[in-house]
Amino acid sequence: MKGWMGKLRVLTLLGSIALVLSGCGRENLTALIPKGYGAEKSLDLIILSTVVMLFVLLIVMILYVTVLVRFRKKKGKEDFIPKQVEGNKTLETIWTVIPIILLIIIAVPTTIATFDLADTEGSKKALNVDVTGNQYWWHFNYNGQEIQTSQDLYIPTGEKVYLNMKSSDVIHSFWVPAISGKMDVNPENENTMYIEAYEEGVYWGKCAELCGPSHSLMDFKVIAVSPEEFEQWVSDMQSVDPKAVAEGETAQQGQELFQEKNCMGCHAIGSSPIQVGPNLTNFGDRTQVAGIKEHTKDNIVQWIMDPESIKPGNKMTGNYPTVSKEEANKIADYLLQLQPSEITSESAGN
Amino acid sequence: MSHDHSLNPETMPHEPEKATLEGKNKFIGFWFFLGGETVLFASLFGTYLALHNSTAGGPAGNELFGLELVFVMTILLLTSSLTSVYAIYHMKNNDFGKMTLWFIITIILGFGFVGCELYEFHHYITEYGFTFRSSAFGSAFYALLGFHGGHVTFGLFWMITLLIRNARRGLNLYNAPKFYIWSLYWHFIDVVWVFIFTVVYLMGKVG
Amino acid sequence: MSVAATQKRGFGSVLWDYVTTVDHKKIAHLYLFGGGLFFLIGGIEAMLIRIQLAKPDNDFLSAGLYNEMITMHGTTMIFLAAMPLIFALMNAVLPLQIGARDVAFPYLNSLGFWLFMFGGILLNCSWFLGGAPDAGWTAYAPLSTTSPGHGVDFYVMGLQIAGAGTLIGGINFLVTVVNMRAPGMTYMRMPLFTWASFIASILILFAFPALTVGLFLLMFDRMFGTAFFDVSLGGNTIIWEHIFWIFGHPEVYILILPLFGVFSDVFSTFAKKRLFGYTAMVFATMLIAFLGFMVWAHHMFTVGLGPVANSIFSIATMAIAVPTGIKIFNWLATLWGGNITINSAMLWSLAFIPTFTIGGMTGVMVATVAADYQYHDTYFVIAHFHYVIVGGTIFGIFAALHYWWPKIFGRVLREGLGKLTFWTFFIGFHLTFFIQHFLGLMGMPRRYWVFHSGDGLDLGNLISTIGAFFMAFGVIVFIINVILTARDEKAPADPWDGRTLEWATASPPAHYNFKQTPLVRGLDPLWIEKSEGKGKMTPAEPLGEIHMPNNSFLPFLFSLGLFVAGFGFIYQTDNKAWLAVLIGGMAFSLGTMVVRSMKDDLGYHISKEELEREAD
Repeated sequence: MKGWMGKLRVLTLLGSIALVLSGCGRENLTALIPKGYGAEKSLDLIILSTVVMLFVLLIVMILYVTVLVRFRKKKGKEDFIPKQVEGNKTLETIWTVIPIILLIIIAVPTTIATFDLADTEGSKKALNVDVTGNQYWWHFNYNGQEIQTSQDLYIPTGEKVYLNMKSSDVIHSFWVPAISGKMDVNPENENTMYIEAYEEGVYWGKCAELCGPSHSLMDFKVIAVSPEEFEQWVSDMQSVDPKAVAEGETAQQGQELFQEKNCMGCHAIGSSPIQVGPNLTNFGDRTQVAGIKEHTKDNIVQWIMDPESIKPGNKMTGNYPTVSKEEANKIADYLLQLQPSEITSESAGN
Repeated sequence: MSHDHSLNPETMPHEPEKATLEGKNKFIGFWFFLGGETVLFASLFGTYLALHNSTAGGPAGNELFGLELVFVMTILLLTSSLTSVYAIYHMKNNDFGKMTLWFIITIILGFGFVGCELYEFHHYITEYGFTFRSSAFGSAFYALLGFHGGHVTFGLFWMITLLIRNARRGLNLYNAPKFYIWSLYWHFIDVVWVFIFTVVYLMGKVG
Repeated sequence: MSVAATQKRGFGSVLWDYVTTVDHKKIAHLYLFGGGLFFLIGGIEAMLIRIQLAKPDNDFLSAGLYNEMITMHGTTMIFLAAMPLIFALMNAVLPLQIGARDVAFPYLNSLGFWLFMFGGILLNCSWFLGGAPDAGWTAYAPLSTTSPGHGVDFYVMGLQIAGAGTLIGGINFLVTVVNMRAPGMTYMRMPLFTWASFIASILILFAFPALTVGLFLLMFDRMFGTAFFDVSLGGNTIIWEHIFWIFGHPEVYILILPLFGVFSDVFSTFAKKRLFGYTAMVFATMLIAFLGFMVWAHHMFTVGLGPVANSIFSIATMAIAVPTGIKIFNWLATLWGGNITINSAMLWSLAFIPTFTIGGMTGVMVATVAADYQYHDTYFVIAHFHYVIVGGTIFGIFAALHYWWPKIFGRVLREGLGKLTFWTFFIGFHLTFFIQHFLGLMGMPRRYWVFHSGDGLDLGNLISTIGAFFMAFGVIVFIINVILTARDEKAPADPWDGRTLEWATASPPAHYNFKQTPLVRGLDPLWIEKSEGKGKMTPAEPLGEIHMPNNSFLPFLFSLGLFVAGFGFIYQTDNKAWLAVLIGGMAFSLGTMVVRSMKDDLGYHISKEELEREAD
């Protein structure tokens, strides 16, 4: 038995080493390398509670191993009848009181951090973004700025950005582990949380509440750029002319097809409030197609022709006229030209 | 050992409903069951309180409720609770005939209550078009009232079955717990109604 | 009646006996069979999930099928495997431990089983009838109310029927403990398994009606067009979350407390010591149960309830660690100074201590609100609750089965195979779930059909999948053990030098349990008699007639009626003709109730002479 236990320990140790070698996961995704205010607060508590709890585990394990070593049935003493102890008041008091003290050590900073992270007062003076969760994409409306966009959320570094979140269908949950913990996006009420990124970067966001077949494909990105770059991005986005004619023959044909096939019924370009489908104002600058695929023309064409093959259960499938491969290529050419700003994920050092 | 549990005034124990182990089990078990029922109704009350303002443009409580009818219903049900106490009193005195009589009065009052409730629902549906599909308030209202009304109705048929089954054989230690438990159930339903009267109707009329 | 005797009878006659039985020991066999069957089904679902997640962007299962798989894995394991297996243990042992001849309501006991079984079958029928439920075992609205097809309808009806069975079972055990204890068996002399089962039954009583209401609301929204969770008509989906967790959190204590009792009994038996701090153990169990009702919103920290509610629920949750800690230390103190035998039952119990301590540790961590914003709905939480539910409940069930198998089936399970089961399962378990703590923190949300190759989650998921195969292997070895053991020689009445009353009667006991009700003179009554040199219980009554309940086919029929009505409810949304099935099924069930009321069931008596003829 002890031999087995020993082997188990070695296995666990090897496992942990493997983990350390592979790092703490992908940078800009993992919660273990915080790049923002909320994530940092959470990690502080994670570390504190882990340390306290490991202390408890250590004590339990010391007692446990001692018991197993000292009090196993021994040869020649098979019939030994131990003393029938009823209990011990002092001991029982000790192991009631010490855990209480340990819990208070965790509970106080927890409560402080909980109130800190729940602040909504600051939103009056800060940048506000209305976030809408949809099956299976995210919409961002920059409050009072006449900017609508989807999938990629641009924010300035070093300041708190308040997100007012609501769902258009089922419950989703907004989670960018590297910057902040998550908050649910409910259909009946608006939830407010703030995020603050310390440094520039493209942070990976995920939906964290089961929302249907493509729940695991509802990725989005938070792109943190310097405040100056953000200013630039805002003014670029505000000056978009949705009717601007595309350059090049195929792209122009694509633009016409975009109208003919009534893509506009769902997809807005510019600050139109239509949000049946994702807003495409800066589609050419997207980090990924549909949040999960590499941003290539081939993938865009595949999406246009058969979105079901990429995101099962999405709302686009079956709700638009058939598009031939040739037409899809033209539309893709047009969409790739929608690059209103110089400020893109590359500005954030991607 | 005799398996005949039938009674006469001399052999009648003080509490016939708890004189046998089966009786005691039923007695305790039913109290536990009522504990569970309390949680059931508490959940429904919670749902109602959360949704009672969610009328979605449909009729609200203070437009719908008429306290006169509800007052009559309350009187009917409260009285029926009292008459069931008389019935149990006669059970303990081993007077099967009077017990049956009072139980019959109890269920007549109970049917009166159910009749009023059906009339009330009919009124809401035909006059106001207020159904359980109208709004979340409608759903919560009919769920709470329907669960209670369903309990009343079930209780009525339960007592009818008991009365028919035991009409010819009189009281014994086998059926005394059954009658007693029914009266517990009936009191419980009555208490729930008092809460409904207060939370749904009085508060609905005021709020 | 021994297994050997029953084997001589025809299959039909045995089947009829089991279908109509009201004997708690046979109902235990039924629960064990039903729960075991669903445990295997849930296990296969788990393996399919792990295979899907073995590599990034895998397409072994389709996205929709994957969601059905996770929903059914969770629902099956909790409602159809863990709960009935616990009921199997309660039925098999609890009446024996308190020196009772049967449970308080043998008829309802049978009814509870058949409701569970038909509910479980109804739920699993969905696999063959257009797809299983796919909204997660928590069935959050509006995903559950808008889920297409009939999957969630099966969830609602199946759980409603099975849940009714559970509630009935809970009340039955409560009354059994209150009214059926042998003379001298005071509350504070009851074995810890009985205590824990009693307290778990209180939790069942107060938790399951909330589920009943929740399922009812969901059912009406889906089938009859009500608007409880329809936001456009003023509905509110958070109500479902509250109701579900007001049920759901006590439910996890229902799953763990009886096994705490098992460990207490196993430790004191195999350490040859009285349980350390018995009174503290009883009150700690009560305290855990009480606090269990106060903490449901810790499942909802990210819902947006506000910092006040979150902090209160956080601190209340942490408080549960105190009584749980008391129990862990009391168990260690029980072992301290003992003469410890390590066999299969003991291995499972010993493995529980570190495993559950880690689960409790992460429990406090997830209670830390501001940190839970990161853990919530990730693999960290998956790891946490598998450490407590597998490490506590499943380890406990295995410990209990190895410990009580002789009492349930009259055979001792083989040690070698028992140890092989334990080590493969134990190693596989930690391999599967330890790494998931890190996967969660590295950004893997739960219920993810795929993770992407660039996410840095490949290695952890692969290790996890490998571990799952070890666990599956362990379970297969256990089944082989069960099959082989059936041919072994009969077990003695008291194979472990036991301390409690179940070891004072034959293995398996006669259908009346005790020829003469034993007189209890203290905690660990059999141990007291042994240590005073008598070795067997003193009877509390002279040998006399024993009153036994009659078998009945009505519980089966009643449940069958509801099962049929369930299909009526589900399909009347497509075609109103199904209303006939609905009404027919309900009427049939009500009819069996009327038959039950109209026909007196006075039971029968075993005469004194007959008892004297039977050997001890």
